[in-house]
Amino acid sequence: MTQSVVTEAPATEADVPSTGSDPRVRWVLLAVGLVAALALPWFVYPPVAMDIVALALFAIALDILLGFTGLLSFGHAAFWGSSAYVTGLIATHYGAPFPVAVLAGAVFAMILALPIGYLSVRRSGIYFAMVTLAFAQMVYFIAYQWSGLTGGENGLQGVPRTFFGIDLVETESFYFYYAALPIILLGMWGAWRIVHSPFGRVLMAIRDNSQRARALGYEVEKYKVIAFVLSAGLTGLAGGVFAINHGFVALTELHWSTSGEVVLMTVLGGIGTLWGGILGAFLTVMLADYLASSGFQGIDLVTGSVFVLVVLLFRRGVWGTVRHRYLARRLRRATRRGAADTRE
Amino acid sequence: MNAVLQYAVQGLAAGSFYALAALGLAIIFGVLGVVNFAHGAFYMLGAVAAAVLLDLLDLSLWWSLLVVPVLMFGFGVLVERLLVQWLIRLDPLYNFLLTFGLTLVLVELVKQQYGVSGLPYRLPGPLRGRVDLAGVVLPRYQLFVLLFSVGICALVWLLMTRTRIGMIVRASTEKPELARALGINVGRWVTPVFGFGVALAGLAGVLAAPFRAITAEMGNNFAIILFAVVVIGGLGSIVGAVIAGFMVGLVEAFGQAYAPTFAQILIFVLMVLIILVRPAGLFGRKEATA
Repeated sequence: MTQSVVTEAPATEADVPSTGSDPRVRWVLLAVGLVAALALPWFVYPPVAMDIVALALFAIALDILLGFTGLLSFGHAAFWGSSAYVTGLIATHYGAPFPVAVLAGAVFAMILALPIGYLSVRRSGIYFAMVTLAFAQMVYFIAYQWSGLTGGENGLQGVPRTFFGIDLVETESFYFYYAALPIILLGMWGAWRIVHSPFGRVLMAIRDNSQRARALGYEVEKYKVIAFVLSAGLTGLAGGVFAINHGFVALTELHWSTSGEVVLMTVLGGIGTLWGGILGAFLTVMLADYLASSGFQGIDLVTGSVFVLVVLLFRRGVWGTVRHRYLARRLRRATRRGAADTRE
Repeated sequence: MNAVLQYAVQGLAAGSFYALAALGLAIIFGVLGVVNFAHGAFYMLGAVAAAVLLDLLDLSLWWSLLVVPVLMFGFGVLVERLLVQWLIRLDPLYNFLLTFGLTLVLVELVKQQYGVSGLPYRLPGPLRGRVDLAGVVLPRYQLFVLLFSVGICALVWLLMTRTRIGMIVRASTEKPELARALGINVGRWVTPVFGFGVALAGLAGVLAAPFRAITAEMGNNFAIILFAVVVIGGLGSIVGAVIAGFMVGLVEAFGQAYAPTFAQILIFVLMVLIILVRPAGLFGRKEATA
């Protein structure tokens, strides 16, 4: 059995000193990203812009597990969807301001992730993917059967967008974007903190060699469960915002195709790169939006083909390829300079 | 008592589909190390192929049981040569994702070709109606499905244990390095084994055709239950896949009879129990904790 999920990304990581990325580059990227996030609803229909950033956080949350812990969860729709439902229910029945409802949804997702994570980390590798998929399907069936609460196949309709007394109605989706963006950015910052903390380093150690991590005294299962719950919480934030944005929660949000779609976004953008998730979500949503508006039937045909092609030919993903080129060039330069130094 | 027996036969018949398909999944995983997400789609293709053959060429179920697995074998070989083989040396997750993408494409293609409403299927005369066995009235077709699949499973078992090919396949499954070291060309068996596993999924689809609504989506949920089956049975184990398949069929049938709301959920509850008690599955050997 192969040790880690990501067979290529860590190898490239190891080629490069861990302090590889230039802090100046990082600040420039951050500034560009922020400006892009703020400018997005001017260029893209605002509800679609909201979908992009929500799905971007979803992809990043998945990448904490896939890219940094080496676990492929194929059941993250369970957390995305259940948070969407809880957010929608709280906003509908209690008229809570949407940030409060979203927070409640995320907390629910984390509570749900605790038993699922505890059971799933007992199997690793491909088994983990299958077990999480089965659990997500179980959650799907529960929501489907419990139609008194969830609306069953009709979904949960008429979710309001109240923002501390201000009713952000359908036409105000432009303002809603700016009201909800801080939640998403907070989630992304959280993901960044998790990955760059000592805790994140342990996760990467587990990904690269779990036996060694265990030998060093880290309780591998405990770290995996914590990573799983944190990832589910960030997924929940994204799912809640998504639900409020649409004013509607469909059963599809819990379906395995949603789990697959976010894996595609992560892989397309580049596993193990936080920026990749954002790029992957942007490309996927824009493509789906373009196909839908041009009247093309059968988006799955395109999604599936992209999946096959990316996995066959383009496993580093878009961002992964760019970063790999950049880092490889830096490394070449550094070694050339080093060689010149020793000659002197 | 009567009702219990009826549910049992119904469950075992439904379990036959899981058992046959899980057998294919287990053999493919054993030799190739690939978890084939598209197994549900192949099952669906088998059922659709049977319906189309009946409609266009008037080929009855008997012929479909023979022709469709052969066609699916060819299709499986094609998929393995064109797609799966390129990722075999990498982490199994890549082939899992590849076959997931393939599933989306296949389901969508069938949906566009044949629509979303179910295709009709007509049983041949001798299999219609009911049969009275010592006071227990059972649908003939369910009995046929049960006997036929047990027969196929027994044949596969004989093939695995009594022939040279079977020995090679088992050796490649259990100790690939050792088999190679002893001069067995494991790579030569990879393509036919993939085709064989796909053919088994297609066969399960043909058997299910008169039983289930034949739609493009019919394989989706099936695939996920199949994963639960192999988690319960132990993915590396061929016997485990078959026994767990029948077990899950029984759980499903009795669940539907006595607690219809929870029928689908019960299967996953069974999976949770197995994970808690025997993480490696009923017949699985304990994997290295990695």
